[in-house]
Amino acid sequence: MLAPRIIPCLLVHNKGLVKTVKFKEGKYVGDPINAVKIFNEKESDELMVLDIDATVENREPDYKMIENLAVECRMPLCYGGGIKTVEQAQQIFNLGVEKIALSSAVLENPSLVSEIAKEVGNQSVVVVLDVKKKMFGGYDIYTHNGTKKSKVSLEDFIKELQELGAGEIVLNSIDNDGVMKGYDINLITKLKPLIHTPMTVLGGAGTLKDIENLVSEFGIIGCSAGSLFVFKGKYKAVLINYPKKEEKEKIIKGIK
Amino acid sequence: MIGIIDYGVGNIKAFANIYKNFDIPYKIVKNIDDFKNVTKLILPGVGSFDHAMTSLQNSGMREELDKLVLENKVPIIGICVGMQMLANSSDEGELKGLGWIEAEVKKFDKSKIINAPLPHMGWNSLNIQENKQIVSALDSDPRFYFLHSYYFECKNKEDVIATATYGEEFECIVNHNNIYGIQCHPEKSHHNGMQLLKNFGELKC
Repeated sequence: MLAPRIIPCLLVHNKGLVKTVKFKEGKYVGDPINAVKIFNEKESDELMVLDIDATVENREPDYKMIENLAVECRMPLCYGGGIKTVEQAQQIFNLGVEKIALSSAVLENPSLVSEIAKEVGNQSVVVVLDVKKKMFGGYDIYTHNGTKKSKVSLEDFIKELQELGAGEIVLNSIDNDGVMKGYDINLITKLKPLIHTPMTVLGGAGTLKDIENLVSEFGIIGCSAGSLFVFKGKYKAVLINYPKKEEKEKIIKGIK
Repeated sequence: MIGIIDYGVGNIKAFANIYKNFDIPYKIVKNIDDFKNVTKLILPGVGSFDHAMTSLQNSGMREELDKLVLENKVPIIGICVGMQMLANSSDEGELKGLGWIEAEVKKFDKSKIINAPLPHMGWNSLNIQENKQIVSALDSDPRFYFLHSYYFECKNKEDVIATATYGEEFECIVNHNNIYGIQCHPEKSHHNGMQLLKNFGELKC
């Protein structure tokens, strides 16, 4: 049986890893390569690495860093940050990255999804949507680390992305980012029926119980988290961690 | 020595790293001169079927590969799209496959995988059908990483070594004579994947 994926999400800022709260106040949590090595040892299901500087600095992805990560990584790697063209995606793919995450560029030019999918296959094209609650219900999509609001309707865009051939959709809750009090279940409940590709949620996981709840509620779903896998204890001491085999089995057994 | 075929498609370095860690000799094969001293071959592959076939064709290595695999019986393992290329054809593309194994590549039937999205993405269990050396010393319920929307279907079921289930049962490790194929990604499947690649490295030629 296919198992739900439990995916650490690492944010790169100034060449180091940071963890944000509601997309702000990034706290330094360590060195990317070192983190990859630890997640190798812990046999993490996948790894997602997002360079949160590339788009806001309007620069190319850091290919050297990506290559170093890909060489080290013994699990599937998803890279996101600053990808705007098919050529860039192809180049990153050739460095040994399994999946490419797109965000702001596809809001500007949705057809980029199908253009990249044609080259690297649909299965490798991931779209990350950073979303934030609207004042009076519903959600808006944001880009540039939560600073630019898009006018595109979230529901319509999710449908369009799938028609264009996206292979996975990641929903990232800005409101719950780094808060560690659980995922935004309302958001997932609302959007899951619209999503027929693999779906991953990010933002809010504070304990393994949050992941357990997610899986028992939604079945096969990608469960991603940042803080949960880099912090330990209420004072948020930096300690890279990942569920043990038995803990993972318990989560998988929760599928109805 | 294991030759990892580099035709511009697939994660060559991931395989190289694993063999380096095992101290199993390997080399990266980019043109026909590089086939010298190679006793086994790895054919990686990612992306779309036609893109992979075209890239192999354009690499200038196709004829030599046919000779090594079909005449000299050099053991080869095709991985992911590299496996699909071993077949006669694929639903995904227009081009012909290598035709080294009697098989077709088909798209998952969406109507049979209710509530299960495509692509098939993540860690799934293998059902080992035949205990050959290539699958020896794996966990009792080995999980491997999958990332695909098309699957391999052998004409001769005796070629099937392992299956997995996603809506329906499909073939994910196959073997015909010296030719092996695996749909999942052993290079990204932690200890089970590394064991399988080690097994391939240790196969008696």
